Amino acid sequence: MRSWSGPKILSSEITPKELYLNRRQWIAGSGAVIAASVLPNRAKAATSPEPLKATPNTAFKPSDPATDKKLATTYNNFYEFGTGKGDPARNAEALTIRPWTIEIAGEVAKPKTIGIEDILKMELEERIYRLRCVEAWSMVIPWIGLPFNKIAALVEPTSKAKFVRFTTANRPDEMPGLRSRVLDWPYQEGLRLDEAMHPLTLLTVGMYGETLPKQNGAPVRIVVPWKYGFKSAKSIVKIEFTETQPATAWNLAAPSEYGFYSNVNPEVDHPRWSQRKERLLPALFSDRATEKFNGYTDVASLYAGMDLRVNY
Amino acid sequence: MSRAIGRNAIVSSTKSVAFAALLMPFVAIVWAIIYDPVSLGANPAEAILHQTGDWILNALLLTLAITPLRRMTGINDLIRFRRMFGLFAAFYALCHMLAYLAFDRLFDLSDMAREIVKRPFILVGFLAFLILIPLAVTSTRGWVLRLGGKAWARLHKGIYAVAILGSVHYLWLVKRDLTWPLIYSAAFLLLFLARWPKPVPRLVGVRKAG
Repeated sequence: MRSWSGPKILSSEITPKELYLNRRQWIAGSGAVIAASVLPNRAKAATSPEPLKATPNTAFKPSDPATDKKLATTYNNFYEFGTGKGDPARNAEALTIRPWTIEIAGEVAKPKTIGIEDILKMELEERIYRLRCVEAWSMVIPWIGLPFNKIAALVEPTSKAKFVRFTTANRPDEMPGLRSRVLDWPYQEGLRLDEAMHPLTLLTVGMYGETLPKQNGAPVRIVVPWKYGFKSAKSIVKIEFTETQPATAWNLAAPSEYGFYSNVNPEVDHPRWSQRKERLLPALFSDRATEKFNGYTDVASLYAGMDLRVNY
Repeated sequence: MSRAIGRNAIVSSTKSVAFAALLMPFVAIVWAIIYDPVSLGANPAEAILHQTGDWILNALLLTLAITPLRRMTGINDLIRFRRMFGLFAAFYALCHMLAYLAFDRLFDLSDMAREIVKRPFILVGFLAFLILIPLAVTSTRGWVLRLGGKAWARLHKGIYAVAILGSVHYLWLVKRDLTWPLIYSAAFLLLFLARWPKPVPRLVGVRKAG
C-alpha cells in the first residue's frame, strides 16, 4: 500500500459529522441569504398584492355576494397586456408599480403630483360595487379607495374645469399590447366634472382587502360603477381637469358603438348586441335583467333632461 | 384484391382516429360543464360558444382541404374523409347554435328569432347554419344517387357560402381584435384558391371545327 504523501490533515479540520450530514440544507440556507442581499429590493416590493386596511362602507352592499377573487383577477380586459381575457393576468407582472406618481393638472388652482404612497395613507373605504362590462357580463367587486372628489378638493378645480381626463400609463417596454394598434395609446378616459365629483366615483387602490393586482389596474385606477367597465380606467398616471370634453379610447376606436357617457342602460343596445340582459359571472345563463345605471339610480339626476339614446 | 383490402383497412382505422380526435373538443366541453366548470374560466358560456365556433371553422377547413390535397398528393382515398369532416362542421354548428339559444337567449325561441333579425352578425351565422342543414341531410351516397351527381355537386357548393358566412360572422362579432377572424379568413381564401383553376377535362374524340 502506498503511503499517503498529501497534505497533513489535522483532526480539528475534519468536518463535524452533524454538519456533513446536513450540508445540503446549510448550503441552501446560506445561498438564500446571499441571493437576498444581492437581488434588488424591487423583486419583492409591490409585486404581488399586499394587505390593505380599509373601513367597510356598508352603504354599498349589492344583493349578490362578491365574485370569486380568482375570477376577478384572471378574466380581464386590459389591452395594454393583450386582448385575450387571460392575457393581463399572464403579462401584467412586467408592470413596475413603484415608484408611481399621478400628475394632477389642468384647470386647477393647485396642480400637484402625488405619489401612490400618499393616496394609500389617506382615509380608505371598502365599497362593494357591481361592475358591468359592455360585453354584457358582470361581477361584484369589493373595491378599496376614496371618493375622487376628495382628491379634487386638494387641487381646487377652477370655474373653467368642465371635464376630467384620466390617462393610463403607456410603457412599451412593459406592455406588449402596445405593439398592436387595437386602440389609440395611451388609454384615455373622461368624465363630466359632476360625474367625477359624484360620491360614487371612487379613486381605487385596492380590492378584496389587498392592493390592486397589476392585471386589475395597479396601483391606482378610477371606478365609475354606473357606466360600462371600460370607463373605469386603470393604472392612472395623469388626471387633468379640462374645459372641453376629452377624447376617449373606445369612442375613438368605434364612435358608433362606445359613447362618451356609456351609462349602463338596458334600453340602449350596443349596435351589434342587446344590452337588456347580462351574465353575472361565472353563471352560464344571461338571466340577469340589466338595470339602468347598473342599479345606481342616484346618478339619474345628473342626466335629467338628457336623451340617453342620443348621448349613449 | 388484397391491396384494396389493405387500403380499406388503413382508411377505416384512420377515419376512426380522426373521428375520435374531432369528437374530443365536444367531449371535453361536456365533461367540463358537468365535472369541472372552473376549467372553462370566468365566463364558461363565452368559452363554450367560442370553442364550438372554432371547431366549426376547423372542420370546414379540413373539409375544404380534401380536394386540393387529393390533387396535390394523388391520394384519392382522401375523399372518403370529406363527408365526416363536413358532418362535424354541421355538428359543431348545431352545438354552437344550441349553446347560444340556451345561455344567451334562455331557451326563448322568439327572443332568438328577434335577435337574429336585429343583429346582422347573428343573421349571417344563422344563415350559415341553415345552409349546413340540407348539406348534412344529403351527405349520404343514397342522396348522391337520388339527386344525380351533377345536382348534388351543385347543391354542395353551398359549403363555400358556409365558409364565407362563418368568416363574416366571426369578423363582425369581435369587439376590436381582428387577428383570429383574419387568420381563418385567410386560410379559407387559400383553400378556395388551391382548388382553382379546375383541371381541364380531357376532350376525347371531339370533332375539330370545319
